[in-house]
Amino acid sequence: MGGLLKFITCGSVDDGKSTLIGHMLYDAKLIFADQERALELDSRMGSREGEIDYSLLLDGLMAEREQGITIDVAYRYFTTENRSFIVADTPGHEQYTRNMAVGASFADLAVILIDASKGILTQTRRHARICALMGIRYFVFAVNKMDLVHYSQDIFQGLEKEILKLAVDLKLGCVSVMPVSATEGDNVTLKSSHMQWYQGKTLLQYLENVDVECENSASGFVLPVQRVCRPNHTFRGFQGQVESGAVRPGDEVLALPGREKAAVKSILVAGREAGQAQKGQAVTVSLDREIDISRGCVLTKDVELSVGRMFMATMLWMDDVPLTQGKNFLLKIGTKMVPASVMNIKYSMDIHTGDHLAATKLYKNEIGVCDIAAVEEVVFDTFQNHNGVGCFILIDRMTNMTSACGVVEHSLRRSENIVWQKLDITREIRAGKMGQSPVTLWFTGLSGSGKSALANEVEKRLSAGGRYTMLLDGDNVRLGLNKNLGFKAEDRIENIRRIAEVAKLMNDAGLIVLTAFISPFADDRRRAREIIGEGSFVEIYVSTPLQECERRDVKGLYKKARDGKLPNFTGISSPYEAPESPDITVDTSRLSLEASADHIIKELEKYL
Amino acid sequence: MINTHLDVLEAEAIYIMREVAAECEKPVMLYSIGKDSSVMLHLALKAFYPEKPPFPFLHIDTKWKFREMISFRDRIAKEKGIEMLAYTNKEGLRQGINPFDHGSAYTDIMKTQALKQALTLYGFTAAFGGGRRDEEKSRAKERIFSFRNREQAWEPKNQRPEMWKQYNTQIQKGESIRVFPLSNWTEKDIWQYIARENIEIVPLYFARERPVVYRDGNIIMVDDDRMKLFPGEKIVTKRIRFRTLGCYPLTGGVESDADTLEKIVEETLGAVTSERTSRVIDHEAAGSMERRKREGYF
Repeated sequence: MGGLLKFITCGSVDDGKSTLIGHMLYDAKLIFADQERALELDSRMGSREGEIDYSLLLDGLMAEREQGITIDVAYRYFTTENRSFIVADTPGHEQYTRNMAVGASFADLAVILIDASKGILTQTRRHARICALMGIRYFVFAVNKMDLVHYSQDIFQGLEKEILKLAVDLKLGCVSVMPVSATEGDNVTLKSSHMQWYQGKTLLQYLENVDVECENSASGFVLPVQRVCRPNHTFRGFQGQVESGAVRPGDEVLALPGREKAAVKSILVAGREAGQAQKGQAVTVSLDREIDISRGCVLTKDVELSVGRMFMATMLWMDDVPLTQGKNFLLKIGTKMVPASVMNIKYSMDIHTGDHLAATKLYKNEIGVCDIAAVEEVVFDTFQNHNGVGCFILIDRMTNMTSACGVVEHSLRRSENIVWQKLDITREIRAGKMGQSPVTLWFTGLSGSGKSALANEVEKRLSAGGRYTMLLDGDNVRLGLNKNLGFKAEDRIENIRRIAEVAKLMNDAGLIVLTAFISPFADDRRRAREIIGEGSFVEIYVSTPLQECERRDVKGLYKKARDGKLPNFTGISSPYEAPESPDITVDTSRLSLEASADHIIKELEKYL
Repeated sequence: MINTHLDVLEAEAIYIMREVAAECEKPVMLYSIGKDSSVMLHLALKAFYPEKPPFPFLHIDTKWKFREMISFRDRIAKEKGIEMLAYTNKEGLRQGINPFDHGSAYTDIMKTQALKQALTLYGFTAAFGGGRRDEEKSRAKERIFSFRNREQAWEPKNQRPEMWKQYNTQIQKGESIRVFPLSNWTEKDIWQYIARENIEIVPLYFARERPVVYRDGNIIMVDDDRMKLFPGEKIVTKRIRFRTLGCYPLTGGVESDADTLEKIVEETLGAVTSERTSRVIDHEAAGSMERRKREGYF
């Protein structure tokens, strides 16, 4: 079996993954001489004094060597007379599950190590599940450390039985089980003399001969378009890598999502004229007529792909920040990138048992089944049918982190869109689309203290930072909604109540609200806090002293009040009850407008 | 028809280049004139044909490269019709920073700093490099799309997960990406591909009689009269070739009779020394490449 085999090694911590691969390279004399010298040198500093520690060949990063663990995927390359190999050596710790998934997404086959003296651990199940999720169909279970159990056939056969049961549970596809010792080299490249009872292949023999070129269960030609190549007015070529099937000049292809048809005029394979384009090749296809095709479109022949906005998917959550329903992301599927939301977390999966658990959030390293809705139509298929257009990533729109990877289980059509119907569009979902936490910033302070100017400045900065905001102040409330209210005590209470209710509605709509009213009485502000909700109410006390406000007297109101022309004027003829414990305090007599706004923005970080 | 392993690697590299061209704002391809760069250029020409590669090429010129490298660079750029930018750290040059007197500071100033300056100067958001995972242990763990923070440093503990072919090219302002389309190639793959595609490479890769001195176990070629000789060193003529190219005082040759591609491939298939050994900088300390990369070396 020639060609290239990409495989992954995984297993629990200390199962000997790195040692196994290190030994395989060493045995097969595949190590270059100076790396071998470095290995011996490193070994002297390492744990197994004097002895060769094969794992040092693979544990590359300094941080890893200091901790003695493998935190990231290491790729190794080797070639035997029969085949070229790329090995992804992946970490075993649960907190590095995502790194393991990186390795698994790359591989055609998984070698899963099991410590013969410990048996199948929960981590073994987790790794097998993730490998299967990421699309691996071939599995080798290497029962390692056979030397520690005296090469016992009984122990091996007991484990083999358990493994085959696991394979059925997880629907693992093609599974082989073999007894090995990575440190001693039994059945790694050479047949073990300690286990005459084992008649099967050595690990290397197996890897050299296994055929992983299984076809997808659905075939047909699929070419996701990466870019349009137009060097001049006469040539227009669609470039991409063929995901499945083949196409020849003259064949009619269907371009999705537009559903326009055209015939293939010419094909370039890696830049050279060719009579056919087939699976795996990087091609440039030109058509006999102009149809609307851009990046993210898919050229197809003899295959029915889904075109739609919604699908159900199994995802691995990889971000430190947990996934909440309704959150908005960039979805990259095939070669298309569009904004999309996770509408609904249907359940999370117990990574060890496969049980479905009720969930409203997904935490790092958890697998969950979700409904995803994109803002526009995308072309996709189930991962099972066409993995190239059935897998995707979600990118956080603020941090740019690759937050999740997932595979399409099935499309959700409008008619069968029961999930969407059932789902209430909540405040969280609306806010999630805006990528923000809706709060009300309640500015309070004397007339002339600088509330409005400050609220204005803060709103500008929030808006410039990509936030969605709304400012409520005397101008847009008093003249409209509250124009039937005067300045009597009950009107004043009603005024604040209405403002608080409006702020709450706007928070529910996902907006960040800023209010700038004197709101002099502690009781009124307490009621506003109750209406808006404890967690969403941020009281900002603009504590500019009366003396300074009166000195500024922008509107001449203080003078009028002093002259007795304005009854119930806060600070002069009516009290101002300063907040006892405001969330943020600024005094505009001591700080400039800019510096005050800076201070507020900085303090707001923990709320937004 | 089964795709050979070179077909698979070629298609992967082309896919990566097209993704960057389609999604990244301002890409550049770093061009070191070495054989890996020759392969990268060849792949870029194939990836976008009949269009020219939709990005420029950038050579960081320390002014200590082999003379044959520079003439090769200029000729190839002209023949292939590509835009070739050459950048030198003028300040370093003015201070007379050189590989004889300044040791590792030379590499830092004339290569690492120069590269950073050039990327900032042109505002490139993505830079292709020819790095391969088989070269060095810390590279074995680097992603194909490798992110650099605002200081252009690599954070090995903070690598983004990279799934299937779904590369995430999103960055914040001031950040950039280094992209390694040859990540999964080995030295042998490179040579086999050069032979298969008949790619032209700098003649220094082929064995010929050249003036050299023996220094600290390395064979250093005397490329011009700036070469400083230490007491006891003598210039001798030896039949040598280079497995890797860089600044001539820092690049060790190997004695060899391989004067054709076939002989080189044959020699490489049975290689007993991995190629980075002949790059002097890698020997300074264990983990030196990782440290240098954290500081922004390619």
